[in-house]
Amino acid sequence: MQFGLTETQTTLKNTVRKFLAAECPPAEVRKQMETETAFDAALWRKIAEQGWTGIIFPEEYGGFGMGMVEMAATLEEMGRALLPGPFSSTVLLAGSLVEAAGNDGQKKQYLGSICRGEAKATVALLEDSASWSRDAVQMKATGLTLNGRKLFVPDAAVADFLLVVARMDGDLAVFVVPSNAKGLRITNLPAMDATRKLYEVTFDNVAAELLAHGSHARAALDRALDIATVGLVAEMTGGMQRLLEITVEYAKTRKQFGRAIGEFQAVQHQCADMLVYTESSRSAAYYAAYAIQEGIPEARLAVSVAKAYASDAYREVGNRAIQVHGGMGFTWENDVHLFYRRAKASEVAYGDAAFHRERIAKVVVDGKVGSAEEEKVLATDAHG
Amino acid sequence: MDLNLTPTELGFRDQVRAWLAANVPADWEKHRTEDEMLARFEFLRDWQKKVFQAGWAGIAWPKEYGGRGATLMEQVIFTEEMARAGAPPLANVLGLMLIGPTIIAFGTDAQKKRFLPNILSADEIWCQGFSEPNAGSDLANVRTEAKLDGDHYVINGQKVWTSYGWAADWCALLTRSDPNSAKHKGLSYILVDMKSPGVEVRPLRQLTGESEFCELFFRDVRVPAENVLGQVGDGWNVALGTLMHERATLGAGMQVAFKRQFDRLVELSHTIQRNGHTAAEDPVMRQKLAQSFIEIEIMRLNQMRAITRINQKGVPGPEGSIQKIFWTELNQRFQQVAAELLGPYVQLTKGDRAIDDGGWAYSFLRTRGNTIEAGTSEIQRNIVGHFVLGLPKSY
Ligand SMILES: Cc1cc2nc3c(=O)[nH]c(=O)nc-3n(C[C@H](O)[C@H](O)[C@H](O)COP(=O)(O)OP(=O)(O)OC[C@H]3O[C@@H](n4cnc5c(N)ncnc54)[C@H](O)[C@@H]3O)c2cc1C
Ligand SMILES: Cc1cc2nc3c(=O)[nH]c(=O)nc-3n(C[C@H](O)[C@H](O)[C@H](O)COP(=O)(O)OP(=O)(O)OC[C@H]3O[C@@H](n4cnc5c(N)ncnc54)[C@H](O)[C@@H]3O)c2cc1C
Repeated sequence: MQFGLTETQTTLKNTVRKFLAAECPPAEVRKQMETETAFDAALWRKIAEQGWTGIIFPEEYGGFGMGMVEMAATLEEMGRALLPGPFSSTVLLAGSLVEAAGNDGQKKQYLGSICRGEAKATVALLEDSASWSRDAVQMKATGLTLNGRKLFVPDAAVADFLLVVARMDGDLAVFVVPSNAKGLRITNLPAMDATRKLYEVTFDNVAAELLAHGSHARAALDRALDIATVGLVAEMTGGMQRLLEITVEYAKTRKQFGRAIGEFQAVQHQCADMLVYTESSRSAAYYAAYAIQEGIPEARLAVSVAKAYASDAYREVGNRAIQVHGGMGFTWENDVHLFYRRAKASEVAYGDAAFHRERIAKVVVDGKVGSAEEEKVLATDAHG
Repeated sequence: MDLNLTPTELGFRDQVRAWLAANVPADWEKHRTEDEMLARFEFLRDWQKKVFQAGWAGIAWPKEYGGRGATLMEQVIFTEEMARAGAPPLANVLGLMLIGPTIIAFGTDAQKKRFLPNILSADEIWCQGFSEPNAGSDLANVRTEAKLDGDHYVINGQKVWTSYGWAADWCALLTRSDPNSAKHKGLSYILVDMKSPGVEVRPLRQLTGESEFCELFFRDVRVPAENVLGQVGDGWNVALGTLMHERATLGAGMQVAFKRQFDRLVELSHTIQRNGHTAAEDPVMRQKLAQSFIEIEIMRLNQMRAITRINQKGVPGPEGSIQKIFWTELNQRFQQVAAELLGPYVQLTKGDRAIDDGGWAYSFLRTRGNTIEAGTSEIQRNIVGHFVLGLPKSY
């Protein structure tokens, strides 16, 4: 048994860290978050040149063909650097959804362009109810025409195409829509985390292309959300790690009462708690990645465990980081709040802790193990 | 990352499972009250003998001293399988988990031959005499004196909170052998026969009602000089070895035990009523149960990472403190969830109306000791702050 990164995985992680330290230092993060879309085309090109836009996808579609653990290691570093822009929405969310939902031709076209770094994409899922439950999707497709409204769509303004989840004949379906489609309106939703912009997207008789319908669409959406969630938890772990480092460094250097504040136990124990949260999130994130990679039966449970824990943990780590920084922690100039904002955005993305705890309860309290049972429940919901 | 067991490990696990299935006594989890403690202990001692005779005691200990000579991973598998099967714990817990490994690390060949086989067979039960009235968290403040007189040490002093002191044949005693020394220097780790003249054991009743720990008094107790473990004056380092083992290993079987308790609680949640429906249907209880599940699961994952690290570096490190903080505090939260779920029933300690023979009431109370024994949570956070994060020492 070996629960840790292999040498090659560690090398990859270090490569990503070095790359981002050079290409996306905190000053660059701030510069991008002040822009309208938090997107920098030059940086995107460099990321694509590294092959990371195709990280987990098959080589036949131009991907890098790596596993989920490599993906998690990469995303941990991206979260640590607070990489702005549409990487997660394009690669993990949209990329995984196309891979799981599309046919070969659609994968060649859409996934291929993502892998090669030519296209950015996103997924339009949430509606006014802001619920991550699949059954909450109300938007209707009449034939291949979409009408309605999606909220909290990440990075929609820079996306070249959108994957839209809607209801067709009562069951879920996944569509693809180019962002310049007629009748599509994209409006910014000013939000807490300025490094990743959110949008409202309205559809007024928008013509769409179908990727998947029914159980195929549901399974594809599950898979994409699981992968994106694992990536997010890895990012969150990286963010916690950075907050811990910044805070410990501050506690060592900031002096009050003639000594480093880190000598006061009230401060030191907060730092110790930050470490416990960070390491525990890391364990959960990598296990979930491994579980998806290996296709073990409890993989979805592992994803929920990781997301529920990290959602609380990142916020708790952020609380302590601000507190230990005193007045400095309350300034715009100090970087801590950037992570704190990201922590909140991450907490509510793909289901918050309470959402995932309920998902866990369905399995461990109700004994609904496996997705067959869940499929049945959802199918009745959809049709009945 | 590879979390699969090797074919050898799988074979070992199946063997352990089969043996446990055939040998774990049914319905042994009674004898909790004070008057039954001795009977319970004798029962556990017989059980350990049986385990030893079947070749399962000291899985990772050298063969020449009665162990199995297998890997740490197999030791972990065994511990987990024991908990999974709901097997009784082994009586000589401190000898097996703490003192034996310390003797393996620091003992002479003669000491290993003399002591290790009897630890495994439960013929000699051990206790750990570290804490004193004025040396708890500040363990280096130990005052119990060991004075050289010819080829013997003469011991005078007092120990406190000594678990299983009443059952012990031997004591791993932390003493001050150099009266002119202070703090971490001048300590010696001495193995003391509890039947020596001048040793007095007084049971201390603890919060749970039973007397698992004791006070020990030493009055002119003569111990052969060859019973010093490690170098004279180097007792702090020897003791630290024990403490690291304590933090690293105490959690291993605990995780599976928590999971079993959790599964039982879920079972109960389907019959116990809350707000007009079963607890299992109550949205608040569901959230709390799920949170306990999450924490117990993450304990398992943290543990796997810790074992990987011990396998790579050979010894447990200060990271054990992270583990100790995590599992002790999760257990306290978990027992509170259980108490909420059971409602008024949690108070009942015995009798027909008590759920699971009052085991939940006992666990609820016992868990308060977790964040004190083996180094308090505050001390663990000091260790993490200083030795892991590199913050200045706070005291
Ligand atoms: C919104 C806001 C408004 C403010 N308005 C005013 C104002 O109008 N006028 C004004 O004069 N000031 C104001 N302040 C400043 C505020 O009083 C200080 O920020 C605060 O006293 C902490 O001091 P510090 O920032 O230097 O942090 P530090 O003293 O450096 O503290 C950093 C961390 O170390 C901890 N710490 C420090 N010493 C100890 C110790 N001995 N034991 C345990 N922990 C310790 C602190 O609790 C904190 O967590 C304001 C601050 C804020 C955030
Ligand atoms: C169930 C149980 C079984 C035990 N079994 C054994 C055994 O078999 N053998 C043995 O030798 N001992 C045993 N102990 C003793 C245990 O190791 C001590 O109780 C523990 O180390 C704390 O010491 P203390 O009781 O003297 O408390 P104190 O050290 O007096 O601590 C009191 C409080 O002050 C805090 N404190 C002390 N110093 C600091 C500091 N520097 N920074 C911050 N906070 C601090 C502590 O965290 C605690 O909250 C057992 C204890 C229990 C509860």
